[in-house]
Amino acid sequence: MTKSQPSRPIPPKMGKPPVGGGPPGMGPMIGEKPKQFKATIRELIAYAKQYIPLVMIALVLALVGAILNVVGPDIISDMTNTISSGLATSINLDEIKRLGILLAFMYGFGLLFNYAQGFIMATVTQRITKKMRTDISDKMPRIPLKYFDKTSIGNVLSRVTNDIDTIGQTLNNSLGSLVSGLATFVGALVMMFYTNWIMAISAILSTIIGFAFMSIIMKGSQKYFIAQQMELGMINGHIEETYAGHTIVKAYNGEENAKKVFHDINERLYTNAWKSQFMSGLMMPVMTFVGNFGYVVVCVVGAILVNNDVIQIGTIVAFMMYIRLFTQPLAQLAQAATSMQSTAAASERVFEFLKEEELEDESEKTQKLATAKGDVEFKNVRFGYDEEHTIIKNFSASVKAGQKVAIVGPTGAGKTTLVNLLMRFYEVNGGEISIDGIPIHSLTRENVHDLFCMVLQDTWIFEGTIRENIVFSKENVTDEQVEQACRAVGLHHFIKTLPNGYDTVLNDNANLSTGQKQLITIARAMIENAPLLILDEATSSVDTRTEILIQKAMDELANGRTSFVIAHRLSTIKNADLIIVMKDGDIIETGNHEELLANGGFYAELYNSQFEDAS
Amino acid sequence: MLKIFKYMQRNEWLFVCISVLFIVVQVWLDLKLPDYMAEITTLIQTEGTTTADLLAPGSYMVLCAIGSMMAAMVVGYFAAKVAAGLSRRLRAMVYEKTMMFSMEEINSFSTSSLITRSTNDITQIQLIIAMGLQAIIKAPILATWAIVKISGKSWQWSVATGVSVFVLIILLSIVILFALPKFQVVQKLTDNLNRVSREGLTGLRVIRAYNAEQYQHTKFEKANEQLTATNLFVNRVMAIMMPGMTFIMSGLSVSIYWLGAYIINEANAMNRIQLFSDMVVFSSYAVQVVMAFMMLSMMFIMLPRAAVSAKRILEVLNTKSKITDGSKVEGLPGMVGDVEFRNVDFAYPDTEEPILQNISFTAKKGETVAFIGSTGSGKTTVVNLIPRFYDATSGEILVDGVNVKEYTQEALRNKIGYVSQKAVLFSGTVASNVAYGKNQEEVAQTFLKKAIEIAQAKDFVEEREGQYDSEISQGGTNVSGGQKQRLSIARAIYHHPEIYIFDDSFSALDYKTDRVLRTALKELTVDATTLIVAQRIGTIKDADQIIVLDKGQIVGKGKHKELLKNCPTYIEIAQSQLSKEELEND
Repeated sequence: MTKSQPSRPIPPKMGKPPVGGGPPGMGPMIGEKPKQFKATIRELIAYAKQYIPLVMIALVLALVGAILNVVGPDIISDMTNTISSGLATSINLDEIKRLGILLAFMYGFGLLFNYAQGFIMATVTQRITKKMRTDISDKMPRIPLKYFDKTSIGNVLSRVTNDIDTIGQTLNNSLGSLVSGLATFVGALVMMFYTNWIMAISAILSTIIGFAFMSIIMKGSQKYFIAQQMELGMINGHIEETYAGHTIVKAYNGEENAKKVFHDINERLYTNAWKSQFMSGLMMPVMTFVGNFGYVVVCVVGAILVNNDVIQIGTIVAFMMYIRLFTQPLAQLAQAATSMQSTAAASERVFEFLKEEELEDESEKTQKLATAKGDVEFKNVRFGYDEEHTIIKNFSASVKAGQKVAIVGPTGAGKTTLVNLLMRFYEVNGGEISIDGIPIHSLTRENVHDLFCMVLQDTWIFEGTIRENIVFSKENVTDEQVEQACRAVGLHHFIKTLPNGYDTVLNDNANLSTGQKQLITIARAMIENAPLLILDEATSSVDTRTEILIQKAMDELANGRTSFVIAHRLSTIKNADLIIVMKDGDIIETGNHEELLANGGFYAELYNSQFEDAS
Repeated sequence: MLKIFKYMQRNEWLFVCISVLFIVVQVWLDLKLPDYMAEITTLIQTEGTTTADLLAPGSYMVLCAIGSMMAAMVVGYFAAKVAAGLSRRLRAMVYEKTMMFSMEEINSFSTSSLITRSTNDITQIQLIIAMGLQAIIKAPILATWAIVKISGKSWQWSVATGVSVFVLIILLSIVILFALPKFQVVQKLTDNLNRVSREGLTGLRVIRAYNAEQYQHTKFEKANEQLTATNLFVNRVMAIMMPGMTFIMSGLSVSIYWLGAYIINEANAMNRIQLFSDMVVFSSYAVQVVMAFMMLSMMFIMLPRAAVSAKRILEVLNTKSKITDGSKVEGLPGMVGDVEFRNVDFAYPDTEEPILQNISFTAKKGETVAFIGSTGSGKTTVVNLIPRFYDATSGEILVDGVNVKEYTQEALRNKIGYVSQKAVLFSGTVASNVAYGKNQEEVAQTFLKKAIEIAQAKDFVEEREGQYDSEISQGGTNVSGGQKQRLSIARAIYHHPEIYIFDDSFSALDYKTDRVLRTALKELTVDATTLIVAQRIGTIKDADQIIVLDKGQIVGKGKHKELLKNCPTYIEIAQSQLSKEELEND
């Protein structure tokens, strides 16, 4: 089957993706892995070139902030020693004051620098993500429709939203904490060895033991965590489909079966959920233990050393802080690393989109067709959605200005293909299509589009007022023109009855029927007022009165224009000047109604089938 | 929120009690640690202490640390069990409840809302309970105990700690006051941006045809601009959190030592060593107190979200399904496929406007009854009353001579083969979809193939890889609309019901397939009753009885030709679809 239908709107994804089981930031995050980490990061740096100076400043600030925090304990240690040495006599209060003020300044500046760093990073991240969104939106019109017909809307959408959101969240955390974490870690290490190497080694050893313990748990929990995500996905899928198909489940007494499946998954989910919850819940106590254990080791070793007059008591106080400064960034670094991975994975997809092949540049095309009489000529047109499978083999036809062309065929026959070619949504593989004798590929796409008004089967209405929906991108449209178009399609009276008239906002809960929406798109086409018309008649169910209205409006619109109609209605087909019959992607018959009936071919069969009684 | 706890079982309450016990143990051990520290400090300052003297309190400290970890693990175990257990039970209850709902309740919640309630909201509860059991209970115990321990040491230090807690609360209040409400705004703006992007993608062809790329881009940029501005604000405010907390913690340590120097200096020599070790210990306790408050405030951020989730779950659980089972499993003897409506009225609850008014008709075995009318005329509602998707407001609906309310729902629905307007497929295989609802082990292969053939689905099914066992993805996204519809028709055929209901099931098919299918169906349905809701006159022209509906009332009843003579509404519909000559031909 050829994929030639216009992309139909995909129903909004129901619900949000499930939140992971572990408390945020505690459970082992399953970061998505990018295909090429380094290349993507390099690309990201190049992309964010203009912000590099700012990022540098932020990194310096993070570094300084970290150093200030690391040096702090050393001064507290001095303070303790000053107190301790004065225990027997009297404490040098001036020295204490000096150290206190120094510390106040250091921590004050630490706060300032770290906040400035966070502020800058938040700003840069948001600016980068904004730029990405802008670039994606900017890129969209330059990508051939072929891409969008192949890719699901959800896929593209998730790049604009989820992926960029991920980048926004992770980039913010990762860069800053990577630097400050590293600085704190190294700083604490240096300061520890500088202060006392025996203490330093015992502190490090105790931490390593703690973390070895932790990594075992991490490894063990990963399994359950992944299993939990999987079961969650499965149960959500099952819930979604049985809820959405509720009537069918009921009508066929499928409840028992559905419940059985549900309980099976729910049971498995429970097992994995409590295990992964428990495992990720272990992280906190173990972390605390690592902290406490280090603390105890430092206390005991320190006390022994103090007792043997190797160090002073202040050193223990300092180490009690160092051990915290030393262990804390380890977790922070692990987080930042996962964050970086997610950033890279998300950026990879965004860049992939930004690098998609673009439509051919047309700036050198100078030929312009401001308006057209409306003669359309197909000359030996050859086309296939992919190069190997030619579906339209050799199509020639000539349409005179003002004539009506009906395109008919069973569902899936590829009726929209001709529209795609006329509008240059796709390019022909051979032959040419010309309007008023000028081949359309020698015109810019923009120019071609200007020559057509188009009404598609999927009534595309966006959130905005009725007026905005009708005027759309057209500039300098007066209110009178809008009203006139609505009168012509028979909508004016209805719109007037709405509380806000033409300024009524159309959104999800707007009570507009399908038919009325269709009329709005017809009015939109009227405002566009182009010499040629493409019409995809709706098969969708509208009530008969509206259907008559739509029919009349379409006739009105087709009046005096060369029109191409994807036809479902007999009246359209019968009075068409040319009927193009399509099957399996190809054009199999052309001619007018009488000729085709006389031929007794596929068309005749198709046409007659609608009157035959089922017998 | 609290009401959700009544769904916990007794053994889970036991787990909670045990958890509390272990939390107390844990806090006790945690706070014991600085005590030993004090002992060590005192020992160091005392002349003549040997290394061996130090090892004793040292090993006690290690034991305390291990003990605390063990206690925390036990708590974590029970918390995980309780949280996962409760969420399993809630999920199952919500699911079972929803399965029992009639269309009325489903519509009043909306399907997507029910899905969120059964998935995200429950995950939310699991999270809050797992964390809550560990943090909510622990924080106040820790805070009080630590405060008790440090109070009476020195009021200056207590004041310093109090000030820190105060500053922390201010910091968090700023975040809660300024950033939290903006989170909702961010969510809204994100939705807005998503909407604009989605519009841009679904309307791709229209946008290009109208050269409206710039227009769309401008609109997107506006949404982008707004989102970025709000995000900037939120992230800039949130950036104060971590540095702020570090500052408070470090500041508190400094204050305690700084104050300590003065306090010790003023004390007499006797108390000095004692005070000194108090000071070292106090800083540890103070940090614990601040931590406890931090935990508590985090909870205040999380609780409202969980409370909303709990409320939404309870709403589902507290809703009663309006439709209850009867007890009969069989109709009157000798009656098969008989459907009768007697003066049936129907209105949605809480609405004045009746959807259906005084509907009466009879359909007998072998007959085809068709319903036609404009959108909103109530034709779908009529057929939805038969399998009791809704119950009639007044009047009676009889199937095989028995009121539908007297049947068990299962027995009633076993008589009916229902094909909905929007074809529904489930993830599985072609076979599992067609045989849906039946015990899958007893799938009769020959009849399955026959049903698929009659539904004109044989060709495309046999072209698929795996044929009758080929995969159908969730929502049937890997088959086309027409194919979906044909498979759902095959499902009805496979169940060889007494009564077929086709709710506008042929509109996704082209004319030709429509006709071939109906011809094939005709043979099959000679001993069944067929009810068809249709848009196309062509589909129903040959029905034994056509019922024309307008605004919920029957405005015409009869055969095609009769109606063409005496029913203006029918004539109007016919004229919009068939040309004059074709009408005259008939």
